[in-house]
Parts: sequence; structure tokens; C-alpha cells
Amino acid sequence: MTAQADLAETQLSVRDMTVLFPVGSKLAARAKHEQRFLRAVDGVDLELRKGEALALVGESGSGKSTFALALAGLRAANSGQVTFRGKVLPKHRSKIDQRRIQMVFQDPYSSLNPRLTVGSMLRELIRVHNVVPANQADAYCRELLRLVGLGEDAMKAYPRQFSGGQRQRVAIARALVLKPEVLVADEPVSALDVSVQATILNLLAELRTELGLSLLLISHNLAVVRHLCDRVAVMYLGRIVEVAPAEQLFSDPRHPYTRGLLAAIPRLSADSAREADGGPAVTGDPPSALRIPAGCRFRTRCPIAQARCELDDPALAAGPGSAGHLAACHFAFTEKGD
Amino acid sequence: MSGEGLTGPAGPMLAVDDLRVQISTRRGVVRAVDGISFDVARGEALGLVGESGSGKSMTLRAILGVLPPEAKVTSGQIQLDGTDLVPLSQSDLNKIRGRKISMIFQEPMSALNPVMRVGYQIAEGPRIHLGYSRAKAAERALELMRRVGIPDPERRFRAFPHEFSGGMRQRVMIAIALSCDPEIILCDEPTTALDVTIQDQILRLLARLCRDFGVSLVFVTHDLPVVAQLCQQVAVMYGGQLVERGAVHDVLLNPKHPYTLGLVKSAPDVEVVLESLVPIPGSPPSLVNPPPGCRFHPRCAFAEEDCKVLSTPLRRLPGGRSTACLHYERLEEAAVTDRTEV
Repeated sequence: MTAQADLAETQLSVRDMTVLFPVGSKLAARAKHEQRFLRAVDGVDLELRKGEALALVGESGSGKSTFALALAGLRAANSGQVTFRGKVLPKHRSKIDQRRIQMVFQDPYSSLNPRLTVGSMLRELIRVHNVVPANQADAYCRELLRLVGLGEDAMKAYPRQFSGGQRQRVAIARALVLKPEVLVADEPVSALDVSVQATILNLLAELRTELGLSLLLISHNLAVVRHLCDRVAVMYLGRIVEVAPAEQLFSDPRHPYTRGLLAAIPRLSADSAREADGGPAVTGDPPSALRIPAGCRFRTRCPIAQARCELDDPALAAGPGSAGHLAACHFAFTEKGD
Repeated sequence: MSGEGLTGPAGPMLAVDDLRVQISTRRGVVRAVDGISFDVARGEALGLVGESGSGKSMTLRAILGVLPPEAKVTSGQIQLDGTDLVPLSQSDLNKIRGRKISMIFQEPMSALNPVMRVGYQIAEGPRIHLGYSRAKAAERALELMRRVGIPDPERRFRAFPHEFSGGMRQRVMIAIALSCDPEIILCDEPTTALDVTIQDQILRLLARLCRDFGVSLVFVTHDLPVVAQLCQQVAVMYGGQLVERGAVHDVLLNPKHPYTLGLVKSAPDVEVVLESLVPIPGSPPSLVNPPPGCRFHPRCAFAEEDCKVLSTPLRRLPGGRSTACLHYERLEEAAVTDRTEV
């Protein structure tokens, strides 16, 4: 992997992260002297620059959420290194390091404690992490709630008293309490109604500029991503297959999977008469992460796969003259795009 | 692709006229569906669009006669191929459901029987409705599995739903829905739980069914681009009523109701990157005490005094479309300036 940005700019960098889930019975594994693993995240390199919004997209099961949890330190990675502003974060992060990366989860109906008022939820974090002195906690909470667009009376309310969009605002406030520098949002709008999605997306964009946050947005919705993000990383079966500035990725995708993914998105200006005729953009289901194909992992669904793809696992590499655009395909930069 | 007169006699496949569904709750009577009318031609796909709570799923359930016990159709007609379904008894409906009309649900895992092999679930309909023998029904199931694109059907016939991926389960659902050659299929957000590449495969499959077999579809969703891809007609629902209806491209690219415009502007589209998304302010109306006049007026940027008092039934416009907005002309400038085509 080539250096894609000068180090001063890099906020967070991940090297060769792998997360494995053991599967099957432990006893059988011991008897046979082998443990089977599901390779959820399989050697991911990724850099997040200061103040940027980076999107991580991919199908369900591609390992996006597992990667996010490992990045935020909520789940241990089997290998790999997370570097925050040049400092390698240890396996067990200190409280200060924990504060730097905060998360917003997909479902605000299950990610908020139903027995705590919003105020006590926020105050608990302030107390544990000693964010501000106790006598300023309330004022700080109110300021945060104002920031995410909730009134002061939200302090005394329970999550059940809010609508889905408002809950997601509470979840965002909770993530911001600790004054993080990186916000990881895992599908923050996919559980919400269309008309509400826009308000949360706009809020994330505002917060990013106002607080100078770096944002890692995990989503399967490329329209959302295009709207909000500067760079996009595409993940497939635990590996990043393409990274590029958003405009470049949408206008000139280089990996066949990215091309298929883009072609599969329904468009408002679609011509329904045409749709039935062409074949699907990507055929078949993604293979199981228990049996990742040898060679290039996308070859089983790839329209341009060749003999070489079965043997050679393509590395994520930049094309000639495009340092910021990386793709893991043997033919990404040789064959003419589209 | 209007599909008129391709098969059978003229007249719509499904005609819903002034349908009202009320639910009695402790807080009062919820008018979940409040006087909606639409029809679906043969071989045509109608998209029924709206936010959660707008009454779209209730409409589907009323058509199929599977409303929850506390909900009732209080007035209106549901003509399926000329027969009114509303007065029919459950046993009469049983002869129609699965046979002439079938349904695909959002969550295939909860709609399929987890302890029954999928082949038998697909074969069940033809056994009951068409009187097929066990062997003939199994053959039919295999044929259907091939048609919906389940690879290796002979082996998968004896598999259980949990052995299938989400997309494959939805294909099983579609095979079940198709098993007795229905004339119309009701789809309740069938692709919402699926990944975009799998959604694309399923949408193409449904579009092909419409075209090749003349099946009509009613497709409930909140996803406008999906409607644009699959459907020819669209009806937009708000607070239990229809607010706009017409050909998909007319309605979505040139909305004549502020709510439709709001939906279009709040949904990010991959092709058109707007400066910022414009959310619809406020929240959906209470269906117990809906606002007087136009139900959308409290959230509408174009509302005038008369919107607060006058009732707003759908009115016909030239070009085969209708709107419930009293001031739809005022939308035109807004639509033109905001959504310039690429």
C-alpha cells in the first residue's frame, strides 16, 4: 500500500486489521486440532484524514460493522494496528484513547438504555470520564442537546418519549459528550423514515464542519454516501477492494464490484421498460465468509474474471497517476473503464 | 408499458373505490385508510408510496382480507377482476387468496414456515388450490424455483428456510406467490431488508414477471428510486389518503403535490447531488384527530388559508394524473429550479 496522504494530515490509520470469529464447537476443534474461523475482517488498511468524511460501503456480511467496532475499541481485533495521530493505540485503550473515537449505532430503539433519562445517560459519561467538573455537567449537557437540535426538556425525558429521528439525535449527543475527534456512524439513518433521514444526515454534516470531526460513515446506501462523504472505501468479504475520492469513485469506478454496486442502485430517473431486459448488475450471492474464494475474493461473481484471478490475490494498489485512487483488481487500471 | 388488453377482457385487474379502514384503539378510532381509490391495469405495476403510518400496509391487508382483528373495512369496494372482495366470507376469500391474488412480505424469514422444507411450502398452494397430486405439485415447485432463479433446485427443494440467504428466501417467497399463477401480487416492501445488489436481482425478476406473464403488482415501499425502476404508475399516500397519482416519471420528476416534492427532495439520489437535503418539517398527522382541510397543510411551505378549511379530494389533471393539492401550480417553479436534470 502506498502512502496516500502525508502523515501530518492523517488522523487515524489502520494497518492490516483482522477480526476472526471462531465457529463450530470448541470440543471438536480441540479434538481435531484445528479451529475454523469466519474471517469477518481480513486484512484491512485504511486511513482517515483530519476533518474528512470517509464512507465505508459494502453488502451485509462484508465486515463493515465488525471493522467499526474494532476501530472504536469495542471489540478486540486478532491482529492489526490502529494508529491515532502517530501513536499506536494499545489493545486495551486508556480512557483518554477511548474518548477519541466514538460511535453512533444503527438502531436508536435498541442502542439507548430505556431505563435512563437522557440527562442521566449523558451525566454518567461525564462523571466516568471526568469531561467537565460536576457543577458544569448540566450546562454542558444542555449545550450538547442544543447542538444536536433537541430542547432542554429532553434532559428529563426517557428514550421512549422520542421519535426515531429524535432518538438518533440523542445517540449522537451521547457520542459527542466525550468530545471525540473521530465519529464512527454505523448505518445511522437506515432505521429511520425517509423524511427523517435527511434531518440526521444534515445534522452529521453540520457537526462535522462545526466541531472539525473526522467522520467514518458506514452505509450500504450509496446515495447517502455520495451526499455526505469526501472519500469512499468499498468493502467486500472482509477486505477493502477500492478507495477513491467520492466523485472519482462514482464517475470512474475501477473495481468490477464497485461498478456492479453502482449499477444496482435504483435511480429516480430510471426507465422501467429497460430494466427487465438487462441482466442484474451483480449476479449471485456473496460467498460465505467461512469459505472465502482463493485468489481474488470477488472472482465468483466477477464478469471479467480470468484464470489469473483464481491464483493471484490482487493487492489494493494505486493506478498510474492516481495516487488517491486504489483498487484491488488485476485489471483495474489496465483495461479501459466501462 | 401500460399493458392494456394484453390478456383477457378489458377493465382493471384491481379497482379500489373509496376504501376506508378504521382501527378501534383505547385512544379512539384511528382512520388508517380514509377514502382511497385507485386501480391497477393488467400487467401493470403500481407503486404505493408513503412514510410509515401512512396506511399503505393497511391498504394491502384490507385488499387481502387479513386485517388485524381490531381493524375493519367500514366502507368502500375492492373489485378484483369485477368481484367485490369486501362482503366475501373468509372461506370464500380462501378460494381467491393464493389463487388469484397473492402477497410477498418484507421479512421472508418470518413469513416462511421455519420447520417446513421450502419445496413443500411452494408445492402447498398448487396442492390445495389446483388439486395437484403430490408428485405433480413437487414438479411445479421445481419449475417455479428455476423460474425465480434458485440455483440447483433439486437439492434446495429439501432445504429449510434458515439454510437460505436473504435474497434466496425472498425468491422462495416469490415462488410461493407465483405457485398458482395469480393475476395480481401484492408486495409489502419486499426488498427493504435486502442488499442493493440482491435488491437489483429481485426487482428485475419482478419486472420480468409483469412483462412476460401479465401479472399485476401493487408494490408498497417508501423508496422512491425503487418505484421509478419497477413501476409504471405511482400513488402517494399521506395520512391515510392519496395525495397524488399518475405515471411514475411524471410524478417523481415533476411532482404536483408538496408532499411528493418533499419526499423527492429529502431522499438522496445517486445521480443528483444537492447542496443539502431538504427534510419535510414537522411530523405525520394524527389519524385519530387529523387536521382539518388538507392533512398536509401544517407541514406545507405552500399552504394558504383555504388549505386549512377546504377538503382536498384527488382532482384529475391533464395527462392522466391527479393531485389533492389546491395550489399545485405553485410547485412548478420550485421543482424546476431545484432539480435540474444532468
